Amino acid sequence: MTVDGNYRLSQLDELEAESIHIFREVAAEFEKPVLMFSGGKDSIVMLRLAEKAFYPAKVPFPVLQVDTGYDFPEVLATRDRWVDRLGVRLHVASVEQAIKDGVVVDDGKTSRNRLQIGTLLNAIEEEGYTAAFGGGRRDEEKARAKERVYSHRDEFGQWDPKNQRPELWSLYNGRIHEGEHMRVFPLSNWTELDIWDYIRREAIDIPSIYYAHQRRVFERGGMLFTESEFNPLRDGETVTERTVRFRTVGDLTLTGCLESDADDLDKIIDEVAASRITERGATRGDDKFSEAAMEDRKKEGYF
Amino acid sequence: MSTETGMDLLRFATAGSVDDGKSTLIGRLLLDSKAIFEDQLESVEKTSKDKGFDYTDLALLTDGLRSEREQGITIDVAYRYFATPRRKFIIADTPGHVQYTRNMVTGASTADLGLVLVDARQGMTEQSRRHAVILSTLRVPHLVLAVNKMDLVDFSEEKFREIEAEFTAFARKLDVPDLTVIPISALQGDNVVSRSEKMDWYEGSSLLHHLEHVYIGSDREMRDVRFPVQYVVRPKSDEFHDYRGYAGQVAGGVMKPGDEVIVLPSGMTSTIEAIDSFDTQLDEAYPPMSVTVRLADDVDVSRGDMIARVNNQPEQTQDLDAMVCWMSPGVLKPRAKLLVKHTTRTVKALVKEIDYRLDVNTLHRDQEADEIGLNELGRVTLRVQQPLMVDLYEQNRVTGSFILIDPASGVTVGAGMVRG
Repeated sequence: MTVDGNYRLSQLDELEAESIHIFREVAAEFEKPVLMFSGGKDSIVMLRLAEKAFYPAKVPFPVLQVDTGYDFPEVLATRDRWVDRLGVRLHVASVEQAIKDGVVVDDGKTSRNRLQIGTLLNAIEEEGYTAAFGGGRRDEEKARAKERVYSHRDEFGQWDPKNQRPELWSLYNGRIHEGEHMRVFPLSNWTELDIWDYIRREAIDIPSIYYAHQRRVFERGGMLFTESEFNPLRDGETVTERTVRFRTVGDLTLTGCLESDADDLDKIIDEVAASRITERGATRGDDKFSEAAMEDRKKEGYF
Repeated sequence: MSTETGMDLLRFATAGSVDDGKSTLIGRLLLDSKAIFEDQLESVEKTSKDKGFDYTDLALLTDGLRSEREQGITIDVAYRYFATPRRKFIIADTPGHVQYTRNMVTGASTADLGLVLVDARQGMTEQSRRHAVILSTLRVPHLVLAVNKMDLVDFSEEKFREIEAEFTAFARKLDVPDLTVIPISALQGDNVVSRSEKMDWYEGSSLLHHLEHVYIGSDREMRDVRFPVQYVVRPKSDEFHDYRGYAGQVAGGVMKPGDEVIVLPSGMTSTIEAIDSFDTQLDEAYPPMSVTVRLADDVDVSRGDMIARVNNQPEQTQDLDAMVCWMSPGVLKPRAKLLVKHTTRTVKALVKEIDYRLDVNTLHRDQEADEIGLNELGRVTLRVQQPLMVDLYEQNRVTGSFILIDPASGVTVGAGMVRG
């Protein structure tokens, strides 16, 4: 635990302690928290930290997943293993159902990723969740670099980046009004490499698609996408089998993979450390549209 | 490279404006430690070109919000991350203008080290003095003055020594425990990552070397045990039927099983039976570890209580004498009713008196002041509804700090540091 035997935590232990503090603070101060689970490595690390924060008691809040209908089966399998082991309630909010109920409108042009926003906000409102944990990290993207750990959302679920509450020391202000909620980001100070180091150290169960495997893929817009009934081929696109892995996990129609031989955590960590492109830039179609794409989606109520 | 073992964490705060080269310096640290990715750099290069700049404006990397890019200024605190094989660094990058003092205070609140930049051609300015005042008020234990743009004064030792002497004299008034002055050129890279050959008269280390090696092990308060109870863990399961643990983050001292402790404010005493960290029991716990403490006796303990040693207790008080930074568009006046959040306790508070307003540029204390405005600092007396267990801020940054919340809007309107 110590560095040089000096009553000094290693940086990974310090990050873990900070995140656990945040989980406990929210559980103590909010009436109805929920953990937003995407199936990705960051939300799984959140589950691990929540498990540690309240042990030997169970995690005192449910897990909310927005099901796009386009989720990787490997991700859903991992989710079910975690939910079973921790004994937490799983609340699935389905985009499909939200379209049927008229909560969101599928105009054929809007991505499932964007339709998640309305589905998520509706689920938060319906269940009356007052705090929602998200796996966002400040190293991911510029708009996130300026977001608070406790990020206030008005009664429309929206984020006002110009009007954020000051956040000092480790004193978090959880005051909200009726109908508002707080997004809480316990991993704010973690980097992608920290997440991988922690997954290795804690031997954390993550979806198999993060590891190199054989997959039938096609190329689109400079990225490789998985062959799928949800992702019909366009003219000129052909499917080939390659050795790939996913660096992020999301809607499979938008989440690209990379060619990689990294089939264990040591190799993945070496690959991530050597990478010269951010994980979102490398494999996320949804962040490519404009410099402020993430800021805009976050304002509307995105994760 | 893995961040797993042996590396510790240094949080440092910088403040500055467009002209003093702060963004160039941060950009250089990030580039040289490979914390900037190709796609990020490409995006910034493209935007710079689109805007007709002659050079790549690295500030675009940190100015994350649309309004900041539009106005070409840093408004909010941005957190940036980089690592070397020795340390991971978190930079709290804040704007330097006086109207953003609250953002500087925010960035400094968690910093182990503060980095102040001056332009070698100009020497100390009102802004650099203000940064130093804020960093010392927030008790940031290490201060670095980087004298930038040395290339523009022909790497003159004389110029550097002049600024060094002026700043050192000023810092003496501020009670800065550790000051290091480094001549650099952020643009050309001199003394940033490695020692510059153009300044052989300078015998100190490069900025990065200093950041990597500055000794922060003793900065955390290790003497006085302070454990604010955050959450009571009660599994209510068959396996852990009688388990009752008090979860929290150690705010001071080294706690060990067998220690005799007192629970405040009740004053009940007991002994630490065990310190749990997930499924293992620890021999000791110290800041900033998040642990769960079990006591030998069945005493009544709840969130907001503080566990300390019997013979070393914080002060229990309903009267707070504090330095406050006001962060709201309204003004802070006597008789204002607010909430104070201190460690894990939130209580009602009444502003009794404004003692003085501090001019952060000159250190002048305006005793006539009867209110404190946005981005101003002042000494204030508060009366709180229930006792708080506090230490002086200079002795413990966790148990000596609090935030002020407006009860109607719920917004954080101020930050306070307990004074003696």
